Amino acid sequence: MMKIDARGVYYRNLNKIIRDAVASGEKEFDLININGQRYIGDGLQGSDVKIDIHGVPGNDMAAFMDGPTLIVHSNAQDDVSNTMNAGKVVIHGHAGDVLGYGMRGGKLFVKDDVGFRVGIHMKGYMDKVPVMIIGGTAGNFFGEYMAGGVLVLLGINRKKDTPIAGDYLGTGMHGGVMYIRGEIDPYQCGAEVGIVDLNDDDRKMLSPLLKEYCDDIGFNYNEIMSEKFVKLYPKSSRPYGKLYAY
Amino acid sequence: MAVGDLKSNNYCDFIVDRDQERCIQCQVCVRQCPYGTNIYKEADNIVVSDFSLCTGCHRCEAMCPTGCITIRRNTSEFREHFNWKAADIKNVYKQAATGGVLLTGIGCDKDYPIYWDHILLDACQVTNPSIDPLREPMELRTFLGRKPDTLEFEEKAGKISLKTELAPQLVCEIPILFSAMSYGAVNLNFCEALARAAEASGTYYNTGEGGLHRTLFKYGKNTIVQVASGRFGVDKAYLDAGVAIEIKIGQGAKPGIGGHLPGEKVGKEVSLTRMIPIGTDALSPAPHHDIYSIEDLRQLIYALKEATDYTKPVSVKISAVHNAAAIASGIVRAGADIVAIDGVRGGTGAAPTMIRDNVGIPIELALAAVDQRLRDEGIRNQASIIAAGGFRNSSDIIKAIALGADAVYIGTPAMIAVGCTVCQKCYTGKCPWGITTNDPYLAKRLNPDIGTEQLTNLLKAWAREIKEFMGAMGINAIESIRGNRERLRGVNLSERELKILGIKHAGE
Repeated sequence: MMKIDARGVYYRNLNKIIRDAVASGEKEFDLININGQRYIGDGLQGSDVKIDIHGVPGNDMAAFMDGPTLIVHSNAQDDVSNTMNAGKVVIHGHAGDVLGYGMRGGKLFVKDDVGFRVGIHMKGYMDKVPVMIIGGTAGNFFGEYMAGGVLVLLGINRKKDTPIAGDYLGTGMHGGVMYIRGEIDPYQCGAEVGIVDLNDDDRKMLSPLLKEYCDDIGFNYNEIMSEKFVKLYPKSSRPYGKLYAY
Repeated sequence: MAVGDLKSNNYCDFIVDRDQERCIQCQVCVRQCPYGTNIYKEADNIVVSDFSLCTGCHRCEAMCPTGCITIRRNTSEFREHFNWKAADIKNVYKQAATGGVLLTGIGCDKDYPIYWDHILLDACQVTNPSIDPLREPMELRTFLGRKPDTLEFEEKAGKISLKTELAPQLVCEIPILFSAMSYGAVNLNFCEALARAAEASGTYYNTGEGGLHRTLFKYGKNTIVQVASGRFGVDKAYLDAGVAIEIKIGQGAKPGIGGHLPGEKVGKEVSLTRMIPIGTDALSPAPHHDIYSIEDLRQLIYALKEATDYTKPVSVKISAVHNAAAIASGIVRAGADIVAIDGVRGGTGAAPTMIRDNVGIPIELALAAVDQRLRDEGIRNQASIIAAGGFRNSSDIIKAIALGADAVYIGTPAMIAVGCTVCQKCYTGKCPWGITTNDPYLAKRLNPDIGTEQLTNLLKAWAREIKEFMGAMGINAIESIRGNRERLRGVNLSERELKILGIKHAGE
């Protein structure tokens, strides 16, 4: 276990210490007094590497990350898990905009609310299925251009009359699936999105993911499952197939 | 043919003129045309053509063993009208029939001024001697990347060494790189030829946004990997594979719009390389949704630098648009090591015709404006400039370097080097020359060994010509002509154009 006091440490130095330590075999890190340092875990490899982060990390945490686990014991900022390939990020608080942009694999669990443009262009491929579970609500453009993977939005502790998701939900969606715990009005969604009830296959897929999420975040699984989910799916894998005059 | 389609055989663009006396019914032309233009009629033992299907690619003409085919323009003309040219009329017919957006390939074919043809180079006469490049050394080597503001040296035990830490550089033996052309838009044979020619010539090729095929990782030291809005095929191994990373913001042929590789082109290998399921559309959003500002761009530049431990220069490619100079300034300040600017004539595998032909500005003006702006702001050394979009020959290139480019990207000339006839039908995926197609039957027409040789030859020939220009100007290092606008003169240009280009008129 390597403990790093990040107070006043420039992000570039901090990340270099972590990279060098991982290269020389260190597996566990405890970062304290983190205060906005960017790019933590970027491009980092090693599925057995675990980093505990105390304090609010800066933008682009876990970008291009390829294996490690990051646990944030507070809120996080924008662009977490940008183009992430593998690994896991758990955020015990709120997180900002543009989470999981182009994310191809791994898991991102957020306890509370997230901002705008979250889960844009997530994509699945062969054994890679990126999973993002948000405990609270999401802003506009949630799951825009979604091409693969699983997005789950739980809306826990949401104030009355606060919509669980913003507008333009799943606009341009052409792959993957979203599970939303609450009602979604079709006007919120892009024209490419269909809304249906969950079937047995959906429950089979969702159940272990939510159990893992509850274990990590500390929510009660049965309580979460006691409310109704809807499933959002792409009506076509080729929404723009007939756009051109050949 | 769609319902209500007003296209008729009589409105075709080309005529396949076949000399039936020389035709031996061998049917080579039938097999060579992927559009089904040439048809063998067994009952009559005769080969005929459906002219409406001909794209003017000349493949059948080139392959006919008896030379009996000539592809000609259809001379049948609509009544002449200054506003309504045949192409405009036919486009309306096509859209009335389909309701679709017009698509095309290659770069803008409108007759906007080509400034290269209005710029002349200088040479030495009497007062300073020219140099003969055949017998004297000529330096074309070019370093691309951030240069320090000052250099510090230190002396240790009588040895002087550089104290300043230099940013990572690309070392080009010639100031010409191959433009981004993605695997998927072009096939693997062409990608391989580009990679091998870049290796043989001491320069670089660019993967484009389609990922890097596993067989091409071995050419990594001559590879620039691109990160575009779709992030296709982008993972840690990909970022590590090349020697530089390019963030694609825009492309000269389609500024401001996204990309769309249709599902038909996403076969097994393209699927593997782009890391998306077979048969799905590969949609590249118009913007990077993590970049809505210069500050956001800086963030992605540094995320990439962090992910690759500051070992590679990061390039940012934009289309040449009206405000290119200010944008380039922002890009440099955001930490880019290279700024690539793609002019309105830059090529594409597929773009909406109206966008291709009407959006962006010529590279000559954008390049001059960007170079001047970065000089005025005192930050020109902080990034190299790669100019792109419409270079046809070595003289265009040396003029671009004199206008301020460190190097140029070439795409269309590379395709022409392996047979492309600029028929502009790349988007059909049926390229008869085996370049912009993934159909194995067509793709094998491009032999990567021969392609490598053709591309290497082209670079060698252009490098020789650039040396000739330099010798004539009495210059023996490409650095001495870079941004040296004093060696350029304009002809038939307005005061305003001369001012933007930063050059004098001929005679001055």
